[in-house]
Amino acid sequence: MSYLKPKFRHPHLPKNELGYTKTEYEGSLSTLCAGCGHDSISAAIVQACFEMNIAPHQVAKMSGIGCSSKTPTYFLGNSHGFNSVHGRMPSVATGASMANKKLKYFGVSGDGDSASIGMGQFAHVIRRNLNMVYIVMNNGCYGLTKGQDSATADEGSKNKTGHINPFQAIDLASLAIELGATFVAQSFSGDKHQLIPLIKAAMEHNGFAFINVISPCVTFNNNVGSTKSYDYVREHIAATSTVDFVPTHDEITTTYSEGEIKDIAMHDGSIIRLKKLTNDWDPENRLSAASAMQNARANGEILTGLLYINEKAANLHQTFKTTDIPLNRLTEKELCPGSATLSELMKDLQ
Amino acid sequence: MEPTNTRDPEYYHKVVDCQYACPAHTPVPEYIRLIAAERYSDAYMINWQSNVFPGVLGRTCDRPCEPACRRGRVDDEPVAICRLKRVAADNKGDVTERIPQGPFKPNGKKVALIGGGPASLTVARDLAPLGYEIHLFDEQVAGGGMMRSQIPSFRLPETVLNEEVDFILNMGIHTHFRHYVDSMKDVLSKDYDAVFVGTGAPRGRDLKLPGREEGDANIHIGIEWLASVAFEHTHSIGKKVIVLGGGNTAMDCCRTSRRLGGEEVKVVVRSPFEDMKASPWEKEDAMHEDIPILNNHVPKTFETKDGKLIGMTFEKVEAQYDENGKRSLVPTGEEPVFIEADDVLIAIGQVNTFPWIERDLGIEFNEWGMPVVERKTFQSTLSKVFFGGDAAFGPENVITAVAQGHDAAVSINLYCEGKDVGERPSPLTNLIHQKMGIHEWSYDSSVVNDQRYVVPQADKSLTLRDRKKEVELGFNPEVAFKEAERCLNCDVQTVFTENKCIECDACMDVCPTSCITFTDNEDEEELRKKLLVPAENLTQDILVSSTLKTGRVMVKDEDVCLHCGLCAERCPTSAWDMQKYLYNTAKAAV
Repeated sequence: MSYLKPKFRHPHLPKNELGYTKTEYEGSLSTLCAGCGHDSISAAIVQACFEMNIAPHQVAKMSGIGCSSKTPTYFLGNSHGFNSVHGRMPSVATGASMANKKLKYFGVSGDGDSASIGMGQFAHVIRRNLNMVYIVMNNGCYGLTKGQDSATADEGSKNKTGHINPFQAIDLASLAIELGATFVAQSFSGDKHQLIPLIKAAMEHNGFAFINVISPCVTFNNNVGSTKSYDYVREHIAATSTVDFVPTHDEITTTYSEGEIKDIAMHDGSIIRLKKLTNDWDPENRLSAASAMQNARANGEILTGLLYINEKAANLHQTFKTTDIPLNRLTEKELCPGSATLSELMKDLQ
Repeated sequence: MEPTNTRDPEYYHKVVDCQYACPAHTPVPEYIRLIAAERYSDAYMINWQSNVFPGVLGRTCDRPCEPACRRGRVDDEPVAICRLKRVAADNKGDVTERIPQGPFKPNGKKVALIGGGPASLTVARDLAPLGYEIHLFDEQVAGGGMMRSQIPSFRLPETVLNEEVDFILNMGIHTHFRHYVDSMKDVLSKDYDAVFVGTGAPRGRDLKLPGREEGDANIHIGIEWLASVAFEHTHSIGKKVIVLGGGNTAMDCCRTSRRLGGEEVKVVVRSPFEDMKASPWEKEDAMHEDIPILNNHVPKTFETKDGKLIGMTFEKVEAQYDENGKRSLVPTGEEPVFIEADDVLIAIGQVNTFPWIERDLGIEFNEWGMPVVERKTFQSTLSKVFFGGDAAFGPENVITAVAQGHDAAVSINLYCEGKDVGERPSPLTNLIHQKMGIHEWSYDSSVVNDQRYVVPQADKSLTLRDRKKEVELGFNPEVAFKEAERCLNCDVQTVFTENKCIECDACMDVCPTSCITFTDNEDEEELRKKLLVPAENLTQDILVSSTLKTGRVMVKDEDVCLHCGLCAERCPTSAWDMQKYLYNTAKAAV
């Protein structure tokens, strides 16, 4: 089996504004099972970062434990990374972000890492609105330990051994909306057309951006009767809208008929352009998003696309009024502002 | 776009760029793998069956395969295919037993071959095992044709040539050397069932300029002079030599002159350096032997003094190109250039000539004096007479002559059996699965990053002293292995099976050269534009699947596929499989 990717690339690979080709955003050759949905998500992240002209060294990849949490090895090989303790990625990401808020933080987690062992961390990082992208590669099973049902396996879903899951699933996207996440989206690893713009928008979002990506486990959960197989997801997928991410400097050239289009302005001036496919749904209204999710579930549909967005909430740094300077660059001058400043501070506390 | 028909034997053949470009369609990657496995005799036999003269061609081939090599499109330089072929020839064991051994059971048919060069010898090799009684006529003392008379020994040692010529002659060929055939009518009056003409392009062009006649004693026609050296009639040349012409014959002339006493040897060409016909490596070898190449010099006069040649004058020109790219050489107006010379060699081209074929025999000739020959069958307008090699369509090269010889032999065999020569037998093709374990391939799928290795040469202080001392030393087995590993194994095809595909995108994501795209179908022009990297190389096909479950199609641009097998390794359902494609052209005898 190959463990190295050949060095040669297509001689006419497109370059982005930084002069990089996609190659500079790739990682090592994946060691996940052939056909794993996670690899498609990795490829989508590579493509999104390439298209967004992000310098690889401006990104930090954070992960926990699991198949999903191995993937940061397979994308953005020139970026920073921290493969942390099982379910504790949000804490490490919070710490890293506190130390340097200038980097883009990519949290990569799985259904076990987020919905089981890391559930508490997941809830609290949402509550704090940490400025990061949080992707869950959700395959409904514990692939690394031979495919037991995970907490996101749907009730009634049959796994490869023929066992039918008796428990209700934790719906991470609904939960995120409930917990007050400010950007919630859902997608499918087999639909890069939708996933790539969602990742781009999530990177530009001011605050916590959550994307739940259904990612079939080809080895343990791609059988008939599974609700997370390629075939099942393709048959039951329903989209809120098509998503187009328009960076500030790009002229909008796509034309749509009036009425179906909704532009959402982001804090940096870029735009998420949605072509709505679902009626009675307003992505900027939490109630509407929650009910769209409930309706889809009642109809046996997997609702994908952007579900909810709130660009106005303060992120953790804004709440804490943290310094713009990375902590390791703070000098004695900033850290010891002198007795006059200290006296001023003490006055407030008296 | 319609799904690609991969059942057409030419589809996968075309993917093997080197083999497709080779006139004889030698299965190049197949023998390169055998060289890497140190199975030199096996590698040699694959070559021998296809191109008949592996030892000769491994040293002298024009190598149309190398510019075609896919590696050249992703890396700086192609695989050194030609010199790897030589490794097989140099290191082979005794292969005599694997060469068809006579006596063969006679089939009662008799064929005459006029000319003893590569085309005729190929016909002999193909027909003798079928029981034909073969009579080969040549005016020289030994077989080989221009391989013997024009290719100097320092590029092709006589022993190498003799061995490969003898493999054929030992099949029981009736040879008539020192026998110049001066009448086709005579030949036809004998009881031959078919006649093959492989007389090459035997006459070198002359240059009629003022002073040509006065200087005649020291002005020589290149190929005649080379033949005279080869057959040991000429042993020396003057100290100052001008070689006129920019082709490979000119390179052989100048380098031979250096070995026969020429100290100041100059090649003078009319055209710009880049437009010269000589292969780049032959120009390099000449310059390495301190031979300057003066370009943009048009010869004007031969200068003589007291009836003896003293040099030549040239007019300096520059190349100008019109909007259609047509070149004209325009005088610069500078003073004419005089170059001293004791001898001049004219190597400005060769022409065909058939003074010995009477024009009333039913063999038609066209306005340029060339026989009218059918392109595929090599049959002339007289049905029992066939042409091949340079005699058929003008000067080409050894490998083309061999390829034409094979085709002519097929025709002669069909003709002698009373069958339609136009009904060509199909090639032998075979597509074989290469999987060994779950994701292990039976070939070295990993792509090495090595640059092309340089073939070592003997020191010129030695080679310039001895005309017969071979300049190139050939790769040693260690370097040959490394060079062989540069081969991308393009014959191991990426075979796609639509109904197994679950559209997980794994192949598209992993492909290092972004060859694979899943997209909505369009016509070819549009489809080529919307791939991950647009398929702009129109000489390369795109592989299009039938419609998949989601309504999309899989499109693979063959252009820069590395055949690394990653698509197949990352495919969960074996919808991609690596399968070795063997393509052998049909021959009269195996």
